[in-house]
Amino acid sequence: MSTHIAVRDLCLHYGQNCVLKNLSLEIQRNEIFTIIGPANSGKSSFLQTLNRLNELSAEFRKTGSVTLDEEDIDTIDVEQLRARVGIVFALPFPLPLSIFDNISYGPRMHGIRQKTQLADLVERSLREAYLWDEVKDRLHHPAMNLSGGQQQRLCIARVLAGQPEVILFDEPTSGLDPISTARVEETMMVLRDRYTIVLVTNNVAQAARVGMRTAFFLMGEMVEVGDTKDVFTRPSDSRTDEYVTGKFG
Amino acid sequence: MTMNVRTQQRIAVGFLFFCTVLVVLPVLVVLSIITYKGFPALSFDFIFGMPESGMNAGGIFPALLGTIYLVTGAILFAVPLGVMSAVYLVEYSRDNAVSRLVKLAIVNLAGVPSVVYGLFGLGIFVVFLGFGVSILSGSLTLGIMILPVIITASREALESVPQSFRTVSLSLGASRWQTIRHAVLPHALPGILTGTILGLGRAAGETAPILFTVAAFYLPTLPESVFDQTMALPYHLYVISTQVPGVREDFRFGTALVLLLLVLILNLTAIVLRYRFRKKKRW
Repeated sequence: MSTHIAVRDLCLHYGQNCVLKNLSLEIQRNEIFTIIGPANSGKSSFLQTLNRLNELSAEFRKTGSVTLDEEDIDTIDVEQLRARVGIVFALPFPLPLSIFDNISYGPRMHGIRQKTQLADLVERSLREAYLWDEVKDRLHHPAMNLSGGQQQRLCIARVLAGQPEVILFDEPTSGLDPISTARVEETMMVLRDRYTIVLVTNNVAQAARVGMRTAFFLMGEMVEVGDTKDVFTRPSDSRTDEYVTGKFG
Repeated sequence: MTMNVRTQQRIAVGFLFFCTVLVVLPVLVVLSIITYKGFPALSFDFIFGMPESGMNAGGIFPALLGTIYLVTGAILFAVPLGVMSAVYLVEYSRDNAVSRLVKLAIVNLAGVPSVVYGLFGLGIFVVFLGFGVSILSGSLTLGIMILPVIITASREALESVPQSFRTVSLSLGASRWQTIRHAVLPHALPGILTGTILGLGRAAGETAPILFTVAAFYLPTLPESVFDQTMALPYHLYVISTQVPGVREDFRFGTALVLLLLVLILNLTAIVLRYRFRKKKRW
């Protein structure tokens, strides 16, 4: 395995508020790296740093460095970076377009115009996200008409269509029922073969089910990081133990 | 003695209904008087004819055409400019003292009396830029007058597009301009059209801004270029009602009716357009 994302001495601030302190960690290629922790522990802020999405907030400040394949993400063209590092949000946000136009949005914005090429991309992405069979007959219907679980898989397919290397999941199942959650988790397990996945979740059990390595964040600090198995069965920090066994959080 | 709840309720509803009637009634009365007195004058010759014998016979075509020219010119000038500056204000400008001041100024400009715009247009377009008393000067003056309405409505329309559309679009690697172009503007169009409707109505009906910049008392020929003067409906109405003695009453009311119908047709077009955009929007 090789290092895909390397984070060194990362500190994140919103105005005067420090949300993440001195974080250093490495994420390997083709692993599912999960981040657990209570609310306000800085995990979503960290995730959105990886594709520079929190730069949209005027208050945001960052020190330290993040590299993607040894290239500093601040030197990568931001549109390119966001295509390489896709994100799936907590709530499915389909654009008010057809299913087809949602999936092909990213590629179209990156200049792909050819109908056949777009159609191929859409089909491949939907198959990868296990949504193809459910929607293949209504690709030109509004994406807003899909169920919540389908919408979330649509959002995954939409990210896949951009041909990313890394997929960030920001609590992707927090609004879904258990069955839809299971389908999204299955999808992640399969995607692992081709992509590097970083999953932020409030659901400790989910981290245990799909994670390969897990980090525990608390109040802007990384308390512990290691193989998921170890973090859950013999954590080295008592706070991790208390969190994963449900004593707080 | 206390009134029972039911009686209180009846009184409240009755009073609110009365207030609504009080608002609607004058409008209805005005409309019916204008229609009643003006309708007999309406004829093909009245709408499409030239004025004759001291405007006491013939038609109002030059004034009607002039108003259509002026409104079209004002819209052509104000809508692109207004929408683009609204896009800048909402999507690009940082929230600081200067941008807040600019926004406040724009909102307040909507309340400036129209005669002030007329004087401004006279100073800048007619005299300083040398466009003379012309359709160009009049259109630009009307355009400036309706800019605040269009900017404010466009800003509100842009701000009501859910933030998530922008975040999603940017997260998929679209640039800011692509995001605006594909994920924001299409969904703001109905609101922008509403602003345009309001602007249209105002531009068609105002007299003061065109008084010094374009409107002619009487012209025997139709304008041939944007540097010509033209007659216009609101000013023509003013002229035949107060400046020329003894113009037939049905001509005066007929002119008012045509002006009303023109605004109505313009508004209807915009409403139909807006309806069709709304039907396409699915969220």
